[in-house]
Amino acid sequence: MGDQPDAASARKVSSTDIILEARGLTKEFKGFVAVKEVNLQVRRGTIHALIGPNGAGKSTVFNLLTKFLTPTRGQILYKGRDITRTKPADIACKGLVRSFQISAVFPHLSVLENVRVALQRPLGTSFHFWKSESSLHDLHHRAQELIEAVNLTPWANHTAAELPYGRKRALEIATTLALDPEVMLLDEPLAGMGHEDIEGTADLIKRVAADRTVLMVEHNLSVVAHLSDTITVLRRGEILAEGPYQVVSKNPQVMEAYMGTGGTGHA
Amino acid sequence: MTMQTQALRRTGVEAGSRRALLIGGGLLLALAAPFLLYPVFLMKVLCFALFACAFNLLIGFAGLLSFGHAAFFGGAAYVTAHVVKEWGWAPEFGLLAATVVAAGLGLVFGLIAIRRQGIYFAMITLALSQMVFFLALQLPFTHGEDGIQGVPRGTLFGLFDLGQPLTMYYTVLAIFVAGFALIWRTVHSPFGQVLKAIRENEPRAVSLGYRTDRYKLVAFVLSASLAGLAGGTKALVFQLASLTDVTWQMSGEVVLMTLLGGMGTLFGPVVGAGLVVTLESYLASTSLPVPVVIGCIFVVCVLVFRRGIVGELLARLPGKGNR
Repeated sequence: MGDQPDAASARKVSSTDIILEARGLTKEFKGFVAVKEVNLQVRRGTIHALIGPNGAGKSTVFNLLTKFLTPTRGQILYKGRDITRTKPADIACKGLVRSFQISAVFPHLSVLENVRVALQRPLGTSFHFWKSESSLHDLHHRAQELIEAVNLTPWANHTAAELPYGRKRALEIATTLALDPEVMLLDEPLAGMGHEDIEGTADLIKRVAADRTVLMVEHNLSVVAHLSDTITVLRRGEILAEGPYQVVSKNPQVMEAYMGTGGTGHA
Repeated sequence: MTMQTQALRRTGVEAGSRRALLIGGGLLLALAAPFLLYPVFLMKVLCFALFACAFNLLIGFAGLLSFGHAAFFGGAAYVTAHVVKEWGWAPEFGLLAATVVAAGLGLVFGLIAIRRQGIYFAMITLALSQMVFFLALQLPFTHGEDGIQGVPRGTLFGLFDLGQPLTMYYTVLAIFVAGFALIWRTVHSPFGQVLKAIRENEPRAVSLGYRTDRYKLVAFVLSASLAGLAGGTKALVFQLASLTDVTWQMSGEVVLMTLLGGMGTLFGPVVGAGLVVTLESYLASTSLPVPVVIGCIFVVCVLVFRRGIVGELLARLPGKGNR
């Protein structure tokens, strides 16, 4: 945590560099336009939040960016390369790793195994059904480090199903970090958490974002207020406003959009 | 952290020694069994146990419910019977042919079905296996309703006369042990880890960079090959390949065996197969209708212990290390 100011200044230096970009992104579901002409630029090294009221199309944009949905029109560029037609499994190999809204762990694997599954892919032995599991034991040291980083060491040998909700999210982050992604895409990482967990997880996100880019989807404006460098507000599939919290939160249209759903971004 | 690792290792060792004891005991029992029980019955149990284990690799560890495994089992039985009887191949090549053909068939089935999930996957495998059934009914080499009868057992590697019941029994036992060992290894391999991850949460496995379809396809082909090996072996044991083994009821029976014994456990399918085959042969000599009795037992099992017999035992054991 001590190197936070350094990281922040490092962020400013490279702020002109766009790592992930969407151009004219549109998704139609049988006549219904869920996402309309969205242009989004995520700068390298920043925490970028995508927020909006229910049904604003945040999750659709997120699924388009992570390739779990195919856009009707538009382009997605990652480091200047077109990834619009790339398969979801392949973007993970390029350094673009997502999380899920419902905590995505492997419930009947142990915490250690959860992290190890992510670590083992680069070994290139993942199709080797004739090899012993002990060939993966070399990964345990690195796995323990990652588990330690999210304060799950006492839980390492428990199955993921036994973890309380907040810890599952922490495990998910550890698993994602195991791939050492350049861009982490987090789908409502703070949803459904109690206050004590929100703070811990927000800290964790800040910490891991020190040397990578984070794009996160959130429901609430104030939750991401202190966390993100840039906030993009979506409404009915279109971008309503974009900028740092101080700017976005004072935008009358944004305030109205949140009034409309009955909450002014309370946390 | 070191204490943790040590604790992990210790439970590992305990589970390991318990497992070794279990396997050693089982093997001794299997070696002595033909002197106590009718060898043909035991061989039938072993063939179905291997079949169920192969099926379990798919449903228990990859989460794929195939409803067409009879096509591999029965189809491979025809292959062995034909090449051994008509072409005069040695039994080892007959079994090899069965495995290879079943693997090829599995690849075709897999390529078509693997993109679908749940009930759709099951239905596609069922439809494809019905096609194999009609082929078995219509093709001249299968001899329709008669099947291929009087298949010679031959001499294994030119050394062991399989006409001797004991020699045949130990051959079948060796095949079963080899097949089981391969499944064991697969489950406890880097590949098995990915497979389990896919079973647990497929979208997450995709997001970690695994092309899940390919892993599922490999698992499917492995399972089909071993089901084929089981079917080929059965053809040698009974010296017969018939339509019974390719019917959809056979696909259902293997589901039943696996669920009864405990899917996703390594020994479950063996216990399930033993139970079903024993009941079938015991009830055959009584006036009780076999399907009704087995149906009742199945219903009771599902209601009382949903994890299956072995699954339930493991869940109640302290330290679930030996899955």
